[in-house]
Amino acid sequence: MTDPRDLVTDVGLLAEGAHDPGSPPAGIRRAPTGVDGLTTEHLVINMGPQHPSTHGVLRLIVEVDGEEIVAAETSLGYLHRGIEKLAETRRYNQLGTLMDRGDYVSGMHGEQAAALAVERLLEVEVPPKARWTRSLVAELTRIASHLIWYGTFGLDTGAMGQFLYAMRDRESILDILEAISGARMMFNYIRPGGVVADLPAGIDGRIRRFCNGFDAYLDEHHALLGGNEIFQARVQGVGEIDADTALAFGLTGANLRASGFGWDVRRERPYDAYPQLDFDVPVGTTGDAWDRYMVRMEEMRQANRMVRQCVDGMPEGDFTAKVPKVIRPPEGEVYASVESSRGETGVHVVSDGSDTPYRYHYRAPSLFACQVLEEILPGHLIADAVMLIGSLDIMLGETDR
Amino acid sequence: MSPALVIVLRILAALGLMLANGVVLIYMLRKVLGHLHLRLGPVHVGPKGVFQTTMDVLKLLSKEDVWPSGVDRALFYLAPMVVFVPSLMAYAALAFSETWRITDLATGLLYTFAVLSIVPIGILMAGWASANKWSLLGGMRAAAQQIAYEVPLLLSVLPVVMIVGSLNLGDVVLAQDGMWLGFLPKWFVLPQLPAFVLFAVAGLVELNQTPFDMSEAESELVSGFATEYSAMKFGLLFLSEFSNSFVISALGVTLFFGGWLVPWVSSEAIQPIAPVVFMIKVYIGIFVMMWIRGTFPRVRIDQLMQLGWKWLIPASLGWIMVTGLVMKLWQLGPQVVG
Repeated sequence: MTDPRDLVTDVGLLAEGAHDPGSPPAGIRRAPTGVDGLTTEHLVINMGPQHPSTHGVLRLIVEVDGEEIVAAETSLGYLHRGIEKLAETRRYNQLGTLMDRGDYVSGMHGEQAAALAVERLLEVEVPPKARWTRSLVAELTRIASHLIWYGTFGLDTGAMGQFLYAMRDRESILDILEAISGARMMFNYIRPGGVVADLPAGIDGRIRRFCNGFDAYLDEHHALLGGNEIFQARVQGVGEIDADTALAFGLTGANLRASGFGWDVRRERPYDAYPQLDFDVPVGTTGDAWDRYMVRMEEMRQANRMVRQCVDGMPEGDFTAKVPKVIRPPEGEVYASVESSRGETGVHVVSDGSDTPYRYHYRAPSLFACQVLEEILPGHLIADAVMLIGSLDIMLGETDR
Repeated sequence: MSPALVIVLRILAALGLMLANGVVLIYMLRKVLGHLHLRLGPVHVGPKGVFQTTMDVLKLLSKEDVWPSGVDRALFYLAPMVVFVPSLMAYAALAFSETWRITDLATGLLYTFAVLSIVPIGILMAGWASANKWSLLGGMRAAAQQIAYEVPLLLSVLPVVMIVGSLNLGDVVLAQDGMWLGFLPKWFVLPQLPAFVLFAVAGLVELNQTPFDMSEAESELVSGFATEYSAMKFGLLFLSEFSNSFVISALGVTLFFGGWLVPWVSSEAIQPIAPVVFMIKVYIGIFVMMWIRGTFPRVRIDQLMQLGWKWLIPASLGWIMVTGLVMKLWQLGPQVVG
């Protein structure tokens, strides 16, 4: 068990500072220079929130010299729904519904984080079947979420073909999750103490059929997009984020691992069934867009492996612990985090002993990924900006909360 | 019939062909992309959705003509015409059969390229006049692309012209009549495969087609030069794009795939259905373009420029040299045709 803060000091970031204070901060506040020997002017372009490839409502203000970006500023808040404030008026077993709407492409992970936090406050023992079921649905969700990323990443580079192939596979997963939880997107399945319902009869056969097919489909996906030379020329060596920068910006998940720093919450701070599961954590080397692509593709393979293990090793027993209908945890505060599809999704709850949280904080990994855009965009072209947003796999629902 | 009436009828025939092509090609694109993407494409309007495009054209015709504030009104109005008219003119020299042509131009190939090179000027006008930064970037890309790729496109067809000794598209087709070694069709794609590859790449760039759809680039530039256009002005820009892909595909078929000729069938026997054969070949070419469009990512603008200047132009010049040397060494002078 390693605390991430120790890791940060280990590589000397807090001691030396990740950023050279002499270098100007990335941002639009610099005046347009307009002195290139000719009377050229920089153009300030407002990219989003209605731009077709800003993955929802990200707004980027980019200053360009021709097509080359000289400075970029992210502007957030177009999808703010006050999830943290709303949580203060929700009972503890209602938190999952809010988390579903944060990172709405991988809702199970948000629910899992909220449930873990409440369980830690209550100090309740979760039965093994519930833990294994949670890991099962979490890994299925990870594949579904990565498929969305895979499809849209291709769209960002201008390819159309792979998107609907990814949707085909995602559809199978959503059907399985619908059979398990009754919903395709806003599951509200993982609750404090366990899960809301037992796995339906015969679901293991369906999941196995999907797993067996998906390995081959994944190879096809990789060959279709990653095997294309135009795609390789677009992503290889573009948007490099080294490990120091990644840690300084608080990146987690595949974005951090692509830069060669193998931090994975499932391995470093195991929860649910992960201590018993056998999986590899893929890491990249240079942290360019290609590494992020490769890491996510490999993560889908590992997730598929874990889904199989979960189905094979699913223990018997209760699917939930005995938890009161109205949860009133003792006073105190706790932080729990899970490895979501986008990184470390964490929940910090402060309890005052009542039936609602006193303060609720939701650590969204995409927020950190958005910030690093300002750092890596200058020097790239507009076409790269679109591709890099896709390569970081940001989810605006959780960014703005 | 008076000669003036004949000319008017021929122009109307070209216009009719262009509009019919547009409607068919848009439907075809939707269906082809749909099936490539595990979808169905349009299904609701008419049997298998065949009237979807007709309805869309009606919609474009009846929509409000939006004039965004801040546009350069004269240029904004002119640009779709500057794009559309050359597209129509490009049909003039195409040879659908020995007799089916709108005009019989001695310099048909040169003429077609000349009128097609006007199109990017219209795109640049549209981009500039729209008072939109995305449109401006799209227009600038179109201009840069045009300068870089007009040259290799022309150079890539020169070897064929050298072999045939004529710029007339009909003559080019007739030169491909016959067999090599008794069984290989005498199509120029076989000896001139490098020229065909160069032509295909430069042609795709010229057409703004994936993977080189720089000036539209929907995921980068919203909709590029066409962002601010609506109603029939947008319709004209759109139609011209489809029409150009027909023209380039027709040129490819004429130059490299024997035009209306069918291998192992004598050119006299094929005469009655020659235009049909030609259209089928052109549509196969367009299908390949749509296939590429449904599969490939887009290259980056700087990579596109490098490809043009560093590879295509030297390669096409080199291939002209090789063709010239071979012709000189083996005394394969221009065949006298017609």
